[in-house]
Amino acid sequence: MNAVYALTLALLSAAGLLTMARLVRGPTALDRILALDVLSVLLVSGVAVHAATQGTAANAASLVVIALLGFVGTVTAARLAGERGRRE
Amino acid sequence: MILADVLTAVLLPAGAVFSVLGALGMARFPDLLTRLHAATKPQTIGLLLVLVGAAAQMESVADVTPLVLVGIFQLMTSPVIAQTVGATAYRAGEVHPAFLVIDESDERG
Repeated sequence: MNAVYALTLALLSAAGLLTMARLVRGPTALDRILALDVLSVLLVSGVAVHAATQGTAANAASLVVIALLGFVGTVTAARLAGERGRRE
Repeated sequence: MILADVLTAVLLPAGAVFSVLGALGMARFPDLLTRLHAATKPQTIGLLLVLVGAAAQMESVADVTPLVLVGIFQLMTSPVIAQTVGATAYRAGEVHPAFLVIDESDERG
């Protein structure tokens, strides 16, 4: 089972790197906000894999908090970017 | 226990592959709306598969509950994010008209 967890985490890390490439390249603020949202989803996946290795959901609180913060943060940042775009 | 292990061994890498494909789309697709597609649908499927795979390893039903909660939450929030980002991009004029087949948001009709 350790090989399965290692493979899953390696794939998730590769996905994180690809997403970070988009985060760096942009080109617009909305692209970066979207990349950050994908990163938060990948983070939730990683924490879920960790929960699977433990056999208990002891880190359930961080799971839910990351998911919540990812959503609220993304929507807030997207709206803020829209406001700024209209004013300029 | 063996069945649960097989379920986990299949679903965790499958979910991770979906996540990689979505991230590949994020890195490779040409404009924001196509990237929006890659950021929401494959990522949601990937997360759900990983959550089910992780739920198979849990020792009690109480440990499965937060995983189900996160799954439902992801299903509820990812359309909201896609809608918000897409509408913001459209209003800001960052959506290239040449990439659109139909533009139903165009007020000139």
